[in-house]
Amino acid sequence: MNEPILEATQLNKFFRQPDPFQVLKDISLSVRKGEFITIIGKSGCGKSSLLYLLSTLDTDYTGSLSINGSKVTGLDEHALSGFRNEHIGFVFQFHYLLPEFSVLQNIMIPAMKLGKLSRQQIEHHAMERLEQMGIRDVALKPSGKLSGGQQQRVAIARALINNPGIIMADEPTGNLDSSNTEIIFNIFHQLAQEGNTILAVTHDNDFATRSDRIIEMMDGRIMQK
Amino acid sequence: MNLPVNLLISGTQLLARKRQSFIAMLGVIFGIAMFIFMISFMKGVNNYIQDTMLSAIPDIHIYNDIRTDYTSSVASTWLRNDPAKVIVVHHPRPEKVRLNLKNASLIIADLKTRSDVEVVSPLLSTQVFFNYGPVQLNGVLDGVNILEEDRLFSLRERMMTGRAENLLTADKGILLGQGLADKLNVTRGDLVTLATPAGASMRFRVVGTFSFGLSTVDNIKAYVSLSGVQQLLAKDHDYITDIRVKLKDINAARDVAAICRKKYGYKSEDWESANPSIKAGNLIRDTLTWVVSLTLLTVAGFGIYNIMNMVISSKMKDIAILKAQGFDGRDILTIFLSQSLVIGILGALAGLLLGFLLSYGLSRVPFPQTEFTFMKYFPVVFEIKYYFFGAGFGMLTTFVAGVLPARKAARVDPVAILRS
Repeated sequence: MNEPILEATQLNKFFRQPDPFQVLKDISLSVRKGEFITIIGKSGCGKSSLLYLLSTLDTDYTGSLSINGSKVTGLDEHALSGFRNEHIGFVFQFHYLLPEFSVLQNIMIPAMKLGKLSRQQIEHHAMERLEQMGIRDVALKPSGKLSGGQQQRVAIARALINNPGIIMADEPTGNLDSSNTEIIFNIFHQLAQEGNTILAVTHDNDFATRSDRIIEMMDGRIMQK
Repeated sequence: MNLPVNLLISGTQLLARKRQSFIAMLGVIFGIAMFIFMISFMKGVNNYIQDTMLSAIPDIHIYNDIRTDYTSSVASTWLRNDPAKVIVVHHPRPEKVRLNLKNASLIIADLKTRSDVEVVSPLLSTQVFFNYGPVQLNGVLDGVNILEEDRLFSLRERMMTGRAENLLTADKGILLGQGLADKLNVTRGDLVTLATPAGASMRFRVVGTFSFGLSTVDNIKAYVSLSGVQQLLAKDHDYITDIRVKLKDINAARDVAAICRKKYGYKSEDWESANPSIKAGNLIRDTLTWVVSLTLLTVAGFGIYNIMNMVISSKMKDIAILKAQGFDGRDILTIFLSQSLVIGILGALAGLLLGFLLSYGLSRVPFPQTEFTFMKYFPVVFEIKYYFFGAGFGMLTTFVAGVLPARKAARVDPVAILRS
């Protein structure tokens, strides 16, 4: 097997408001490069909390987290932002495209933030990603003019633009009809085939069964099988 | 276009809501325009009032104040200073008072060597009575060097009929205040007879009339040459009662007057001490202007604050996704603060232009004419420093108004937004 890209040990998280409540209990988890992992569980079991924690957006936890061989626990906001920009791609339940920008600009923004390539190169890469998603023709449209399924595909293209080490998805098909869900399934599957590491939270069992590994959570713990 | 990505986002968002941005900008535009307009107008009014009130008042007035020394008296001389006697004199009167400046020509020559002095004009002034049939009208006769007097009070501009220089050429010429000439029912070319309190009388020919726009001057004052008054009073040609000085910088009057007082030993009065109401009036109008203007600019700042707060509330999801994608708090701050600053800077520039146009417009509005106003148009000053101040304060206000909401945006917790 490949080397681990993400390693979490003894993660604990508490909510203080409104009542003290431990949402994650002693979570240890290792994700290997190229794995397609889905996290499932009932609503409120802590699966989304775990994803936000693993994605470095949430820093209020105990335990330790390493991604791509570097320890991210304890880094400051600025360092974490840079790290996310370069190593993590996000896909959310809602697409969260910036409405003022065209499809192409939405995809280019994380790469422009990274600033490693020229605008022309970034644009070229963004067009390739759109091609890959099968929506090359909408590149110059305002992002608000697209259908839900198209928007989610743009969001995936945006997540891929910096060639991240790991793609994190939170209910990527939660807001889509069945035909669009199928398209997104296929895209994720294809991405996994191409060697991308994917960590997706879902409550869709069909989606989960097509992944390499399923992590089931209940009451803040990972269920051992 | 290769803007940094933060500014690209900022600019695109700003252009996406042109109406809202423009309305926020309008607040700044009006605030700064009204500041420029009010300050230019108020300064114009101050200058006009000061000019009018000072039109007949020199910057420094040096004269011999009546101070009588009663330490020795005729009585004690007559009683031969007998130490055995105590002499008490009730209600003493001076035997002889000299009203003139003893060494006037030296003082004038010395004043003219000072670099901060613009004009020195000597004066011999006396009370006179003008004969008007059986009536005698009270007046003040000023013997002056008319060319110096013109430089001191711009007399040429104040001539209603005739010319000030006529005094130099005409034999026994006199310039009358317009009000006085009307009362005496004389015009240019007529003869007037006047008498001093001592009884001497003389005839002068009217060579012109003038008006300062102040009835206290125009109704009583008359100018003749210095030698004319000396002759009337039977004094020698060095007999001067007052010296009036115009300075290059009117604001130095107080200091220069103090120096003169010390150096020449005569009373030296600066225009500020003589007319404290001018300064007080200026201060009150200035205070009013600044308070109103700064309030307007602050209100404009609140406008920006409100709109940016609304924008940020509606952009929470965008902020969260930008943060997830690797933009940190400082990037978010840059994005939203730059939007406020663009509104502030463009608003300030447009406000300066509008303020200038309003001020210019007012300066072309004719002022209602009366007999005593010399103003053709509303008084407005154009001073670049107020434009710089307006722009600077406007930008400061927008910066403060922009920083507060932008900091709120920078502190948004993406998890809290994305989860909901």
